[in-house]
Amino acid sequence: MDMSKDLIAASATPLVLAILAEGDSYGYAIIKRVVQLSGGQLRWTDGMLYPVLHRLERQGDVAAKWSVSENGRRRKYYRITRAGRARLAAQRRQWQVVDGTLRGIWMKACTA
Amino acid sequence: MTTFADLPLEEQIAQWREYVRRRQALHGPDAEELEGHLRDQLAALIEAGLAADEAFLVAVKRMGSLDTLSREFARAHSERLWKQLVLAPDSADEPANTAGAETLVVLILAVAAALAIKAPALFGLRIDNPFYARNASLFVMPLLALYFLWKRGSGLLCGLWLALPFVAGAVFANVFPFRKSSDTQVLTALHLPIALWLAVGFAYLRSRWFANDGRMNFVRFSGELVIYYVLIGLGGGVLTGFTLMMFRAIDMNAQWLARGWLIPCGAMAAVIIGAWLVEAKQSVIENMAPVLTRLFTPLFTVLLLVFLATMAWTGRPINVQREVLIGFDLLLVLVVGLVLYAASAREPQAQPDLFDGLQLLLVVSALVVDGIALAAIAARISEFGFTPNRVAALGENLILLVNLVWSAWLYAGFLRHRSSFAALERWQIGYLPVYSVWAAVVVVIFPPLFGYR
Repeated sequence: MDMSKDLIAASATPLVLAILAEGDSYGYAIIKRVVQLSGGQLRWTDGMLYPVLHRLERQGDVAAKWSVSENGRRRKYYRITRAGRARLAAQRRQWQVVDGTLRGIWMKACTA
Repeated sequence: MTTFADLPLEEQIAQWREYVRRRQALHGPDAEELEGHLRDQLAALIEAGLAADEAFLVAVKRMGSLDTLSREFARAHSERLWKQLVLAPDSADEPANTAGAETLVVLILAVAAALAIKAPALFGLRIDNPFYARNASLFVMPLLALYFLWKRGSGLLCGLWLALPFVAGAVFANVFPFRKSSDTQVLTALHLPIALWLAVGFAYLRSRWFANDGRMNFVRFSGELVIYYVLIGLGGGVLTGFTLMMFRAIDMNAQWLARGWLIPCGAMAAVIIGAWLVEAKQSVIENMAPVLTRLFTPLFTVLLLVFLATMAWTGRPINVQREVLIGFDLLLVLVVGLVLYAASAREPQAQPDLFDGLQLLLVVSALVVDGIALAAIAARISEFGFTPNRVAALGENLILLVNLVWSAWLYAGFLRHRSSFAALERWQIGYLPVYSVWAAVVVVIFPPLFGYR
């Protein structure tokens, strides 16, 4: 599905944080998980994930560490921090408000 | 991305990595992270049954265009657009000397320069003794040359050859029996650094001296060093000011510290540190000298034209005072500098543009102004008689005049598409040794010629 850029940008932060809340991960695996969770509906341009991750790292929401992966190459692993969990919770409430509001109006549209 | 054709996969990846590395907003670790992603993606696609080259195309496409990507990276790391001074060597360029060793060598040399300027004090020479003025360049330039010899890994023989001009400089600065407050002594103090700068240039370039672009690099280096030196000097001034202020607050006078140690030692060490920073930052910060040139060429052109117009309008002659010749020498030095640094930053193949026309206008108007001044001076030269100062100033004027006349000629040819810009560049850098040779003449011949007056 073609999503608007703004929506993708806005949803990237909570999505990444939520995936990292499931467990530490790295770029490629996060993308795979997004595809899997959305049933292939949500597709990012892969490279765009990294600026998002770096911004979160800079804000202190995630911490990064280089370690050696199973294929012998260096890989940067990301972990959610306490601040990141707090931000995730806040974002979750905000998205629920948006979601609830839209749901309400669309339900009405359906029943009207 | 169309150039990836049919190379083997590893080569395609290497090429892609090269493209990524060229982006300013993307640093080394980012490139590595992205490459890791690309490889994971490739492995998954190949496993899914794609051929290697197909997989590569798909993976690169999914990564997104590098333009958008580096724009996003730049937004996440806005500080990266401000180039940072990182004192780590480009591993490809300098495998021999690590950054740590270089820092140590530079610090030792800077301390040595600072101590060298204090060494004569052990023999009771005060800082206002003319000995210091005559020898100022000898305290630091040999150390600067030493730094370049070390950095370029020169052999002992090369070092011994390069020691010769410095030894000669030391001899000529000190064997002559200068009279008290002698003019030729002042001339020696002013000209010895210019003469020895050539030796520093040899240390900087060695055999590349004879390649034209090599000498242009030394010109660039010199310009940036001056700018760095001025900046360090400003910082040093602030440091000195605070030193005096804070000790005065506890009723102690730190003047002796500032005058005897901070200023002379700092002035010497700053040359070494400045050279090191220029070497380290070459590609990091925009070269300032050409920027200043661009800024001031139009302003000086306007000044000269307004001056000429005023003279023509009011009919006022040049009032020939003692210093007027030196003043016009400095004007020519400035114009030559503007031409030289404009040339240093110019793409030689580029077509002539408005700025080149402006440069020609600047050179021609400087020549006219200087010609008028020279005519005024020549008319009264018999009245003045020949003093060492006047002969030195006249010689310099002549040298600069020859340079500028020929530059104007080459510029005009270039603007009319008769000759290439490279000819002008060659002329300018080919002329460089002339300044040093003349300076050496002033140091070596003038004192005996004028009886050490």
